[in-house]
Amino acid sequence: METLERILGEHPFPAGFAPEHLRIVTGCARSHRFDAGQYLVREGAKADEFFLIRHGRVALEVAPPGRLPVLIETVHEGEIVGASWLVPPYRWMFDARAIEMTRAIGIDAACLRGKCDADHDLGYEMMQRFLPVIARRLHATRLQILDVYGRR
Amino acid sequence: MMSQALAQDPFIPALYRVGRMHRELPDTVTLEMVPVAGMRPEFAPGQFNMIYVFGVGEVAISVSGDPDSAMLVHTVRNVGAVSGAITRLEPGSTVGIRGPFGSAWPVDEAAGSDVVIVAGGLGLAPVRPAIYHVLANRGKYGRVAILFGSRHPADILYRHELERWRQRLDVQVEVTVDHADADWHGNVGTVPALLARRARGTQFDPHETVAFVCGPEVMMRYTAAALQGAGVPDARIWLSLERNMKCGIGLCGHCQFGPSFVCKDGPVFSFDQIAGFLTMREV
Repeated sequence: METLERILGEHPFPAGFAPEHLRIVTGCARSHRFDAGQYLVREGAKADEFFLIRHGRVALEVAPPGRLPVLIETVHEGEIVGASWLVPPYRWMFDARAIEMTRAIGIDAACLRGKCDADHDLGYEMMQRFLPVIARRLHATRLQILDVYGRR
Repeated sequence: MMSQALAQDPFIPALYRVGRMHRELPDTVTLEMVPVAGMRPEFAPGQFNMIYVFGVGEVAISVSGDPDSAMLVHTVRNVGAVSGAITRLEPGSTVGIRGPFGSAWPVDEAAGSDVVIVAGGLGLAPVRPAIYHVLANRGKYGRVAILFGSRHPADILYRHELERWRQRLDVQVEVTVDHADADWHGNVGTVPALLARRARGTQFDPHETVAFVCGPEVMMRYTAAALQGAGVPDARIWLSLERNMKCGIGLCGHCQFGPSFVCKDGPVFSFDQIAGFLTMREV
């Protein structure tokens, strides 16, 4: 567990965590390795774990009926896959596929939600970290929707 | 070096013959232009020419070629009557060219700094001469990065050149697209996101960085915001604007942008010169 705590501490996401918060989150964490092509999450499945990418790249994709999957974003080392675990009904809204061999730390969502309910300081720390990620992605999505490179 | 016609009167085009043409994308071609008489004029990276298709009209197009080449190179996308006519020219055709006009990327002033070149879509064309210059004088600069955004992998401009630059060990090249099919193994996301990711790296020193940004204006606004957010001073962020240029020398007023004329004071501006006007709707 000490090793996982060290590995987790090296990820940008918990940077600045109080040691006790890092220990609590580590208690909900486990290590993953995904081979290229392997899915981290599938659309519609329970969002019971989110991922801190340590190494590699992950494609977020949506598969429209009758069409090939469309890549909507790539997530890189130091970034996070998944915010659906924060919002009921806790179901993934996209597929996440490893583009290359990817190492990640998975955080058990139910475990962490329980810890955040019990310790609101931890909950506030999590909010401070997730809100900018969600805002950045919303902003990026708006920019993509603008289709700025399309013909005027 | 300056053609005789331009030396006499900036309104009189010099005659150029279209040399080789290369279709970059279904609606975009790169043309090499050779002066019918004399040498082509000197130009600085970032400057533009007014290209006159006889019987159709004139349009402002940035020079996209190597400042050290004898050719005058332009990359043109078919977005209107004149640009469409240019993309349909045949080798050997004759056009009129006035220029070069306007301000330039501050490639000499950037010597000694890290350089981040951020381009989106066809915006890679006006900044390509600056890339040629920086790479030809690589020893004068610190870290060099080229960040390019496109709509889709099929729309990537100068793909082979990007691949060639990427193979160099002394320049970082990152490409991202807004969306892609599952067989694309590169980045998907916006250029500002790419930039923010780079800025989180340990090798990014904002106060030693000069940024050249060229692309659709919305993309440039958000890229400038990302650079600001990363700590790059406004005066070290340079953007190339596009407006309805007509005379090319600041007389007609068609390209007025606040207190400036894009054709004469631009097209390359520092962000601190224009930041207040970029978000005004009626400028």
